[in-house]
Amino acid sequence: MTFLEIAFYFFSAVLTIAATMVVTMRNPVKSALFLVLAFFSAACVWITLEAEFLAIVLVLVYVGAVMVLFLFVVMMLDIDLAEMRAGFTRYLPIGGIIAALLVAEIALVMHQSFLPADFTNPVPHGANYSNTRELGLQIYTHYVYPFEIAAFILLVAIVAAISLTMRRRPGSKYINPGEQIKVRREDRLRIVKMASEKPQDFSSTTESPSSNGETS
Amino acid sequence: MIPLSHYLILGALLFAIGVVGIFLNRKNLVILLMSIELLLLAVNINFVAFSHYLGDVAGQIFVFFILTVAAAEAAIGLAILIVLFRSRKTINVEELDSLKG
Amino acid sequence: MKNIYIAIPLVCLFASIVAGLFGKVIGRKGAHTITIAGVAIAFLLSLIVYSDVRDGNTFNGSLYTWAITGTVPLQIGFLIDQLSATMMIIVTFVSLMVHIYTIGYMASDPGYQRFFCYISLFTFAMLMLVMSNNFLQLFFGWEAVGLVSYLLIGFWYDRETAIFANMKAFLVNRVSDFGFLLGIAAVLYLFGSLDYAAVFASAEGIQHATVMSPFGEWNWLTVTCILLFIGAMGKSAQVPLHVWLPDSMEGPTPISALIHAATMVTAGIFMVARMSPLFELSETALSTVLVIGSTTAIFMALVGLVQNDIKRVVAYSTLSQLGYMTVALGVSAYEVAIFHLGTHAFFKALLFLGAGSVIIAMHHEQDMRKMGGLRTIMPITYLTAIIGSLALAGIPPFAGFFSKDAIIEAVHHSDIWGAKYAYISVLLGVFVTAFYSFRLLFMTFHGSNRSDEHTRKHLHESPNVVTFPLLALAVPSILAGFMFFEPVLNGNFFGDSIFILPAHDVVNQLAAEYEGTSGIGMIFSAIGHGVQTPPFWLALAGVIFAWYCYCKNLALPGKIKNAFRPIYIIIDKKYGFDELYQSLFSQGSLLVGRFLHKYADAGLIDGALVNGTASSVNRISGVLRKVQTGFTYHYAFAMIIGLFALITFFVWF
Repeated sequence: MTFLEIAFYFFSAVLTIAATMVVTMRNPVKSALFLVLAFFSAACVWITLEAEFLAIVLVLVYVGAVMVLFLFVVMMLDIDLAEMRAGFTRYLPIGGIIAALLVAEIALVMHQSFLPADFTNPVPHGANYSNTRELGLQIYTHYVYPFEIAAFILLVAIVAAISLTMRRRPGSKYINPGEQIKVRREDRLRIVKMASEKPQDFSSTTESPSSNGETS
Repeated sequence: MIPLSHYLILGALLFAIGVVGIFLNRKNLVILLMSIELLLLAVNINFVAFSHYLGDVAGQIFVFFILTVAAAEAAIGLAILIVLFRSRKTINVEELDSLKG
Repeated sequence: MKNIYIAIPLVCLFASIVAGLFGKVIGRKGAHTITIAGVAIAFLLSLIVYSDVRDGNTFNGSLYTWAITGTVPLQIGFLIDQLSATMMIIVTFVSLMVHIYTIGYMASDPGYQRFFCYISLFTFAMLMLVMSNNFLQLFFGWEAVGLVSYLLIGFWYDRETAIFANMKAFLVNRVSDFGFLLGIAAVLYLFGSLDYAAVFASAEGIQHATVMSPFGEWNWLTVTCILLFIGAMGKSAQVPLHVWLPDSMEGPTPISALIHAATMVTAGIFMVARMSPLFELSETALSTVLVIGSTTAIFMALVGLVQNDIKRVVAYSTLSQLGYMTVALGVSAYEVAIFHLGTHAFFKALLFLGAGSVIIAMHHEQDMRKMGGLRTIMPITYLTAIIGSLALAGIPPFAGFFSKDAIIEAVHHSDIWGAKYAYISVLLGVFVTAFYSFRLLFMTFHGSNRSDEHTRKHLHESPNVVTFPLLALAVPSILAGFMFFEPVLNGNFFGDSIFILPAHDVVNQLAAEYEGTSGIGMIFSAIGHGVQTPPFWLALAGVIFAWYCYCKNLALPGKIKNAFRPIYIIIDKKYGFDELYQSLFSQGSLLVGRFLHKYADAGLIDGALVNGTASSVNRISGVLRKVQTGFTYHYAFAMIIGLFALITFFVWF
């Protein structure tokens, strides 16, 4: 058994176990962490397939961004875990049957009608082979339009995610610089014209209420 | 060398686990999303394996695009999840049946 | 000449459009000026065309191709020959007189411009009909005159009876038009052409073609001719499709004169004469025409005896006279039919306009029992009414004598099936016609005035615009007989436009009676011959009897009425045609309609199909909606099941 085979079987096993843990874990935080492990293992499996670029992308994008996002969301939400687990085993049989049937069918496909012998093992590339370069050559020539579309999809995803989750809290105070700059003198200052005040004769004012009362 | 079928069986197993995950987790929407990620990963493994054994890089380019779309999908899915949680105070799938006919 | 042909109908159309669309702008005076000018031009041009045709310049050609369907071109074209030229003169002359008369009759009517628009439009349509050289244009004219007739009967559209009458006229005509349309379709099927000349040329070739029907084998040509004649039966008001004509008297009197006496109703007669090459080849069709015509002639005349509405008397006399024309067609005396059509157009228009004049004087009172003694007050109307009545009764030397006598003699000479019946009918008809026309005259103009005080005070002769057409129509009512009797009988008047098989040529036999005489001599010998034959004496007897009943012994009509009460009732009810149609077709279709409304529409279509669709969708979806649980994992499960099925499909197949 070569090193490559050992690596493959090892990471395959890790991947399968990690995936199983993802779907069976009680705590979603643990699920997310096992998903990270699963993706790591998958990346390693891809390296055995000489898909180095994608393996790195998987780690960087999935583990670095998407999984962090998952963790972030899971931790942010206040979820009642006990309630979450209720009735977990009830669906285990049917899920198991479906999964078994699925695996059986796929195995049947591969052994019966598919996989002719011409899928011989390819010759490994030399040391100077660059997977990244080869992908880049294809993406920026043949697949440039799909690439642009993919970029656009990401942009849409960003806008969608932000606009979906953004909310303005009614109580929060903030400064609008535009308003500040736009302000004019009339908005802030009011000049009032009025007659100058005269010194008051206190003796007369004390009498006036009674006289006023009489006249009115 | 590892035969192609081993990779494919790995993909099939992963896919099956993903499906089981969808069946088992009837309460937590986040784990449902994770199961979907597993399904996509299974498909990606198949793509990469075929790409390698056929000596055609196009399969890997497909994976590249799938990753892009999956990332977008995860981002939007989680955003929706947050909005949902804000308005319903739950992400329990069994309570989300307002589309019931 | 071609431009003149086009101009004749178009000038009327133009005048009609101007009067109709710009009536408000040009005012009453403008409306009648332009339409009368238009018809007058058409009349003058028709005279030119006529003299040109007399010189032998006939024309047959298409001017415009409207569309081509397969190999059949749908064209607008003119066939100008002796027949159509004669018709054009009659139509434009009577129309012109009616236009002028209308100025007086409709003077105070708010729909003045509209009326002129309609009658000009009618003139256009009628000209298109008679000038046509193909069946399509004939049909166009046919329908267009029907339309104008509808509009004019219902001219006073706020009167319920008028609306009823125009609906009736339209529906009855629709029945006959359906037959006519089928006839045209049969012609198209048989000959592959709608052009008269082409059809007539190949008519003899298919003389013996037959068609299978549920009742055995029928001769194609007979079927076609009878179908075409059904069209004529409606338009020319023959039994049993005559019911609309008496009711059409709801329209203004000028219209009764123009359309329902002089021109439109003769369209059927004209059409059959035009189709003479077809009808000649089918003796069965001719016999049908003959029997229906003679039935109409005698039985409608009898109804005329008991009517008290002055216009209705004239209307029933029109029916009867149309019957005479149809009889003439039936015995292949087409020239004589057209001859009678012409003379009848003049004297019937005269009588109608005379009746209209009386109606104006009587403040739109139409009941003869409330008239009487008008001869001193309305001398011109009286004089012209006498001329019209004499012509109608067939007293020599007025126009009606010659044409009617010629018809009776032609029937006498004919030996086709039904000729005997027809002969008896038309002979009796002469007596009845004379009686009712003079009954009208005596009741209206003689005796003492029976109207109320108010009306009597205002009695006066009608204005000049009314009396001028009366006088102008009186002239041909006297002279038309003299002028055309000889050329018609000698057989060259209509030239080639009418085709008669030698075996049917009764007119030739008729002419043979006056062998050796010509011109004026022939006319005198005709009068001489006429006074020796029963029709003249019957007519005279009718006149005298009428005089006795309505001037001498005024109690006699009542006694006769009581003596023959059952017959009187039958005649007074017009043989129950109206009631029959009313109860059978109107009520019947109402019943069918109600049934269909209740069961077919509300029950089947609304209940089962429309609401049934909705409710079954509702019911099925009520079951299906249970599938929509709203739970995400159920949908996911469905997707996985689908995936599973797909994989199974790929694995096993």
